[in-house]
Amino acid sequence: MSFLRRRKPSEKQHVAPSSEQKLEEEEKEHHSRKNEAKNKEAKKKWSCVDNCCWFVGFICSLWWILTFLYNAMPASFPQYVTEAITGPLPDPPGVKLQKEGLKAKHPVVFVPGIVTGGLELWEGHQCAEGLFRKRLWGGTFGEVYKRPLCWVEHMSLDNETGLDPAGIRVRPVHGLVAADYFVPGYFVWAVLIANLARIGYEEKTMYMAAYDWRLSFQNNEVRDQTLSRIKSNIELMVATNGGKKAVVIPHSMGVIYFLHFMKWVEAPAPMGGGGGPDWCAKHIKAVMNIGGPFLGVPKAVAGLFSAEARDIAMAKAIAPGALDKDIFHIQTLQYLMKMTRTWDSTMSMIPKGGDTIWGSLDWSPEEGYIPSKKRKQRSNSTEVSGDSGTESKSRNVKYGRMISFGKDVAEAPSSEIKRIDFRDAIKGKNVANNTCRDVWTEYHDMGFGGIKAVAEYKAYTAGEIVDLLHFVAPKMMARGDKHFSYGIADDLDDPKYNHYKYWSNPLETKLPNAPEMEIYSMYGVGIPTERAYVYRETPSSDCYIPFEIDTSADEDDEDKCLKNGVYTVDGDETVPALSAGFMCAKAWRGKTRFNPSGIKTFVREYDHAPPSNLLLEGRGTQSGAHVDIMGNFALMEDIIRVAAGATGEDLGGDRVYSDIFKWSEKINLKL
Amino acid sequence: MASSILRFRKLCFVEPVKWSSSLGSESCQKQKNEEKQTYDAFKEQEKENPKGKRQKKQPKEWRCMDNCCRTIGYICTTWWLLLFLVNCLPANLPGLSVPEPPGARLKREGLTALHPVVLVPGIVTGGLELWEGKPCSEGLFRKRLWGGSFTEIFKRPLCWLEHLSLDNETGLDPPGIRVRAVPGLVAADYFAPGYFVWAILIENLAKIGYESKNMYMAAYDWRLSFQNTEVRDQALSRLKSKIELMYLTNGRRKVVVVPHSMGVIYFLHFLKWVETPTPMGGGGGPDWCNKHIKAVMNIGPAFLGVPKTVGNLLSAESKDVALVRAMAPVLLDSKTLGLQTLEHAMRVCRTWDSVVSLLPKGGDAIWGNLDWSPEEGHICDSFKERRTQSSSVDKKGNYTDDRGVIHLKEASKYGRIISFGKEASEVPSSHLSTLASKVGLHNTANISCGKVWTEYDEMSPESISKVVEKKAYTATTLADLLRLVAPKMMQRAEAHFSHGIAENLDDPKYNHYKYWSNPLETKLPNAPDMEIYCLYGAGIPTERSYVYKLSHSDKCKSIPFQIDTSADGSGINGCLKGGVYFVDGDETVPVLSAGFMCAKGWRGKTRFNPSGIATYIREYRHKPPMSLLEGRGLESGAHVDIMGNVALIEDVLRVAAGANGADLGGDRIYSDIMKISERVNIRL
Repeated sequence: MSFLRRRKPSEKQHVAPSSEQKLEEEEKEHHSRKNEAKNKEAKKKWSCVDNCCWFVGFICSLWWILTFLYNAMPASFPQYVTEAITGPLPDPPGVKLQKEGLKAKHPVVFVPGIVTGGLELWEGHQCAEGLFRKRLWGGTFGEVYKRPLCWVEHMSLDNETGLDPAGIRVRPVHGLVAADYFVPGYFVWAVLIANLARIGYEEKTMYMAAYDWRLSFQNNEVRDQTLSRIKSNIELMVATNGGKKAVVIPHSMGVIYFLHFMKWVEAPAPMGGGGGPDWCAKHIKAVMNIGGPFLGVPKAVAGLFSAEARDIAMAKAIAPGALDKDIFHIQTLQYLMKMTRTWDSTMSMIPKGGDTIWGSLDWSPEEGYIPSKKRKQRSNSTEVSGDSGTESKSRNVKYGRMISFGKDVAEAPSSEIKRIDFRDAIKGKNVANNTCRDVWTEYHDMGFGGIKAVAEYKAYTAGEIVDLLHFVAPKMMARGDKHFSYGIADDLDDPKYNHYKYWSNPLETKLPNAPEMEIYSMYGVGIPTERAYVYRETPSSDCYIPFEIDTSADEDDEDKCLKNGVYTVDGDETVPALSAGFMCAKAWRGKTRFNPSGIKTFVREYDHAPPSNLLLEGRGTQSGAHVDIMGNFALMEDIIRVAAGATGEDLGGDRVYSDIFKWSEKINLKL
Repeated sequence: MASSILRFRKLCFVEPVKWSSSLGSESCQKQKNEEKQTYDAFKEQEKENPKGKRQKKQPKEWRCMDNCCRTIGYICTTWWLLLFLVNCLPANLPGLSVPEPPGARLKREGLTALHPVVLVPGIVTGGLELWEGKPCSEGLFRKRLWGGSFTEIFKRPLCWLEHLSLDNETGLDPPGIRVRAVPGLVAADYFAPGYFVWAILIENLAKIGYESKNMYMAAYDWRLSFQNTEVRDQALSRLKSKIELMYLTNGRRKVVVVPHSMGVIYFLHFLKWVETPTPMGGGGGPDWCNKHIKAVMNIGPAFLGVPKTVGNLLSAESKDVALVRAMAPVLLDSKTLGLQTLEHAMRVCRTWDSVVSLLPKGGDAIWGNLDWSPEEGHICDSFKERRTQSSSVDKKGNYTDDRGVIHLKEASKYGRIISFGKEASEVPSSHLSTLASKVGLHNTANISCGKVWTEYDEMSPESISKVVEKKAYTATTLADLLRLVAPKMMQRAEAHFSHGIAENLDDPKYNHYKYWSNPLETKLPNAPDMEIYCLYGAGIPTERSYVYKLSHSDKCKSIPFQIDTSADGSGINGCLKGGVYFVDGDETVPVLSAGFMCAKGWRGKTRFNPSGIATYIREYRHKPPMSLLEGRGLESGAHVDIMGNVALIEDVLRVAAGANGADLGGDRIYSDIMKISERVNIRL
């Protein structure tokens, strides 16, 4: 209305020049007034506001027209364009296999991983009003921007118990919608679901075992009875589908969650599900692990240690201000760290198996690894295989030092590193003054002494990292110790291994007694994946996180295993091939002590190929990246075939691109 | 597209030229000759005054296009501003304080979640989504076809209808199409955005501690017959497994079931199914219900059927549709627009077996015969008011009196659920046959008809006239009528539903599933600890019987009958309005249907209720919302809106938190349901 009102006065005083900007024009108009009386009057009306409005209106109309056209466009139009440019696309696997005559047979259970599942609010504090049953996690994340502090408060768990804080109930979304799309347009399970539906799957034969991925696995049962729910649903689906066993497809952290489930369901009732020792044999046909971090993820260490991963460290290096407290007073990273440290589940992904698996100061199973780009070139030119390419510098990369302070430490031979044990160091005085109080992380209790001691130790291997985390975050780790364990069992028959904290560690549990079951390890390879970090002390640490990844540490060598302070190996961008493949490649192969009934295992790798065409192919049909692999045609075909009744042999057994078998051989583990 | 681009170019190019005309040139035509010069001048001007580039572009005259753009710009900007302001607004304006929801109040009283809750949605309110479709439905995979925003109806109406129809023969999926119920709480929390169904109840339950682990929405495909939901989707097995799971994981606390509308008879079906041994039933054994179910709180139960269904099946219309037709006859008329909306709707509806489950049950014994009906003497609201105004004392005394019935000599003959012509609905039954049929019949040409297929097409004009000649139909003869007009549908449906009254409930034939959803042909389970509630609204005129006429359209494929909207009651027959007789109810279900079983059929130990399950009637008198701010009303009694009724929510919450019927205060009655039930004479 105010716009309309403003127009009137300008009409009245049209004789006098109305605005300075128009001075000249107005005067000139005076001359031409006689000729075109109409014109001049109209011209006066054009004020700045009018112009703006005209512009806005124009854009709006154009937008509407375009939207209208877009909506009127037949749905298959993009396909025509694609086919015109790239030639006919291959059929999506569902269509292809439907034509082959495959039909839905075994019920399918999806187990989503960390982060990808939606969480919704059931009870909240005052500030979360109106968000009842709205997604806090997943969806559009609109609330992060609207009320960030409120959001952080509701997403955090209780610091002591690892369960709900008082007065807040955030619960997982149920059903297939829980993790079909993470945010609108970013699929997780949706493509797989759509392809399964092609051969006849629907809600009654597909079940998404959504759970609260922030909780430790056993707490999911304690609070939400999620494990009981999975058990009951699998039983129901097997019963209503004529006794056909279920095919379980866990992804990412869901893999170890389901490992936990398989032990839980066998354990007797108070602690477990009381399904008896043959429950798995009766109800599960195959477990098809996608990108499973069986042995943990080095990324989790960086996440817990300094709330950063490669992406964040890069952002910090490029725009040091953006994440810095001094400028915006936001302390984003600290909030992030405070929140994620209340999530027990992140601790389930700390590297397991210690030095035996991940390597010591001087040795690591992946040593000698040459990035794939290089590898291809080399095999083309000199015919020297990666194994015998001993002259390569990359051989000296010491992946075993998962955290090293300074690039020189990361590269020096172990004899040259002077290490001062940090474990007994006195933590010294509290650094935190009043100003930091609002964002509390355990670093504030550490004091300068503690920080110094950590840096003095120089290099940490996988085994020592657990101690390191105990040192820097004692409360968190105390909570985590109740639920997770990271070692290797000497004697699996020791009754202590009946405790649930060992169930999610494949090196401390036996697989269930189900000789007909099959276990698949399906993961992408060919993408540099974080494996070890070069750290430094944060220069200005007042209430800041005292350590950060040293993004200046870069390797000049063409191999470039070290980049921005991160050593990378082969993997799917999140999980190194070692963690995803080792169990199926060696530890569970045949009858071992971890696999007493000799469950068949298969390694299926998918070599990463970036989408050839960004616009039309989206995230790629041959991607090997951790989440994008869910849209990989080859992977989907494998899954659909198994769901329709095929066995591992029918698929062609192992399919390996990486050096996983060579690396596994180097690992010296009692089997 | 191309023209708009052209216009845009003109806008950008011609305007500077026009502007330059203001420099002193006289006419437009000359300018065009001197275009180059003026353009140069323009450029010069630009150099002089570079900052005001946009200003200079201003055209001299208001062109229509500019005006439009500007107006749109104004509107957009204002809209955005308002939107922004609304978003900035604190969630609770001090002025607009919303009354405290019952959940919050009860929480302060100390109520907490105790018994797991199962919600069973009714017909129509549950969402349906597409899992497999014809090519025309591309891109709709796992999108809602029913519920949500219904945008597809407008985009591709025929495709939409095709996918929502079921197979005409089997009542299951047509080949190549799979439409399935949306599972989870989202299935029926909102029907369309902003139109709540269960959302308010869910929110209030959540306030006292419920969440998805102890609350379950038993969504099912409401188009199918009840047994077919088990055959196709195993929906009943799923419900059984969920109840067992919740019972176990919640410390062996029994479940409170809250069905709504058709969900009530669906759950009745479930109760029988779960007890029956396996091939046909769920094999839960005779004490399953007693072990797992604490209470069944039926909201707006359609136990004995809904007369509205009759109108729906016969002519695909009910009060609302008929009214629209009366007001704007063109809109729904097939002749004018060639849309045949109603015919399409009817064709689709008739493939849905579940609709048949809502036909009035119990025949004349319940719904009345040609001359008698249990509700006779009901005084309609409008009529009541008029009476109290004009002649006060005497008559008012009469109608509150028990014998007020006698006073109204010419009570509406509700028993005649369908009558052809207003007269036929009023005269005593002995005169019915004397009424001459005045309606001439048209010969329908069968050749040129399109694709819309209803079973009417197979009816000869003679049989239609036979239908009309019978003049009046009661609940019993109605079945014959439907069998005549829609033989295939009824044949299909009668394999799944039965609408009679059992003579001998121990007859082994009643073990068949088609009787399970009819409360008059089944025994309640053997569960003496269970409680059954009938919660429903009262005080809204509800369709009870119809006055029909022959449709005058002589085009083929048209529905030959329609409600005679001109039939309006006057004086004493104020219950007749727009061709529809009204009684008390919740706008959809008459109190007779909703309350009778709890009021009489199951009260105490009867043959329908051998174990003496306690029944309670809780009525909620309808009060329209005070102000618009209240939305659909906190004290509404309407069939769906009652789910937001504060008193009802409180009752449900209390029971879920452990109270029993006596704690709630037993019966709570506003209507004449007790009186009406007394008049119904069936053997108990």
